[in-house]
Amino acid sequence: MALANDIPLSSLAPNTAGSYRPTRAQAQAGIILSVPATLLLVALVIGPAILVFFLSFTNASLGLAGIQFIGVANYTRMLTDPGFAQSLRNTALYVAVVVPTAIGWGLLVAVLIARSRFAVLYRTAYFLPVAASLVALATAWEAILHPSLGFANTLLQLLGASPVRFLSDPATAIYALAAIGVWQLVGFNMILFLAGLSTIPEELYEAATIDGADRGLKRFLLVTWPMLAPVTVFVTVMTIIRAFSVFETVAVLTQGGPMKSTSVVLYTFYEEGFRFFRVGYASAISVSFFVFVTFLSLVQMRVSERRARWKANGGQ
Amino acid sequence: MILGQSSSSRIVSHAVLVTGAIIMVFPFLWMILASLTPQSEIFDGSLLPTPTLHGAIDNYGTALSAIPLLRFMANGFVVCLAILVLQIAIAIPCGYALAKLSFPGRPILLVGVLLGLLVPVQIPTIPIYIALAKSGLLDSYAALVLPWIISVFAIFLFRQFFVTFPDEVLDAARLDGFSELSIAWRIMLPAAWPAVVSFSIFSIVAHWNDLYWPMVVITNPDMMTASLGIAYFRQAGEGAGNVGALMAGGVLVTAPLVSFFLLMQKHFIRGLVLGRH
Repeated sequence: MALANDIPLSSLAPNTAGSYRPTRAQAQAGIILSVPATLLLVALVIGPAILVFFLSFTNASLGLAGIQFIGVANYTRMLTDPGFAQSLRNTALYVAVVVPTAIGWGLLVAVLIARSRFAVLYRTAYFLPVAASLVALATAWEAILHPSLGFANTLLQLLGASPVRFLSDPATAIYALAAIGVWQLVGFNMILFLAGLSTIPEELYEAATIDGADRGLKRFLLVTWPMLAPVTVFVTVMTIIRAFSVFETVAVLTQGGPMKSTSVVLYTFYEEGFRFFRVGYASAISVSFFVFVTFLSLVQMRVSERRARWKANGGQ
Repeated sequence: MILGQSSSSRIVSHAVLVTGAIIMVFPFLWMILASLTPQSEIFDGSLLPTPTLHGAIDNYGTALSAIPLLRFMANGFVVCLAILVLQIAIAIPCGYALAKLSFPGRPILLVGVLLGLLVPVQIPTIPIYIALAKSGLLDSYAALVLPWIISVFAIFLFRQFFVTFPDEVLDAARLDGFSELSIAWRIMLPAAWPAVVSFSIFSIVAHWNDLYWPMVVITNPDMMTASLGIAYFRQAGEGAGNVGALMAGGVLVTAPLVSFFLLMQKHFIRGLVLGRH
């Protein structure tokens, strides 16, 4: 190694890998250190993802011996299959309930906690569902939502209302799952909003007070909300992806029923791929899922980029 | 101060926070109470289950004897630990190389890592499942562990952490005769310790609670992890319909992670925030 050269070079331009003279020993070490990760990345992530893309144009099935290319037939089937349309509608309904509620509630809690003396206590309480085993807690929810004798219905009856068969009525099952989904996501969103709040400089609030916005909602609308915009975009994208990927509660509590009212996209993918072994069709579903998630991530990147440029140009 | 404060707004804000906190904690509370209540008295029309000693003994006894719950938990523990150790062993050297060494292929690998971040975990599972089935590895620890040992997120996280590490220290270490491998383990790993801790908690929570993958590759009850075990307990044997025993199982499966979380709260939350960047 050209040690004598390395030291002045790196002191000229510290903190970037480019500041090194690529010596042969270093290049060798770099390759050796990154080879295991590279091979596994190809074998377990990128390779299979590419394979799924190809499989989605075939009639591959675990029972079947031969594989034939069938063009976009899986995709056209997906678009015309009433079962899939139903699972898309169910997922959309779930997302439409969970996303605004989990974001709004998470934001409200974060803003209120930030000025509370019991912040640590509240934070822990709201965060518990994120760390808990959803399978076990879904079972507790099921008992709480028991059609006749659960806590929720006992409470309803005490209030004079008639009982609701939350999870076994096709009209309510998806909302019951959405309620559990919200319960699980609020704490996660709260933490991200709290992190965002901690980056807002105190001077902005002082300036807002001088401008006359010295009370609750005005301060919130003038300072907090605009400053939280980048975090909000991130939280929104994450929450949509997570809501779109709902699986555990469906697999444990309803298995897509009653009457297909909770068959969501990821559960349909699981059934097609791993229970009916329709590999080609399941692949088409997962490719569409990937396109959707990538699209959302790109939107998020675009929005945060535009925001950064706007800031750099002196916007406030 | 995020909002201006007056005493009335403070009361409203506490009321809102307390109500929400009760909703968050309530299922945990209900699970614990029901796990201590005799099966016949859980749904007796009262608002909350009323614990009794023999109910507790009964429920926890059933949970531990009707299904191999301890075995499920041991499986989950082994799987989480194996995944974590391998993830870190593979991601630290790679993150170091990507941050601090120039080598041919580095830009391509970096693009690969960024692409990998975009791929939802469910996407590669069909080919991996077929490969595991063809090699006769279903129903094994290998099937539970192998697909997860590469964490693109960990590589990305560690690389971000290492990029800011001063090059002078690395040069000094090289002068002292450190090899690049020993720099990775003896200098970079300790330097990245906060990121390692955050990632560990993140990884353990994700894999202890995962239901999707174990459900795909495991059918033999002996190989089930804690989450899958509880799901299985619901449908099979004495668990079906025995809410008290089921809740006892739920408490046993949830307790390690929740107490772990309570201990490591700060790191965990830092990890989530770090993961954002």
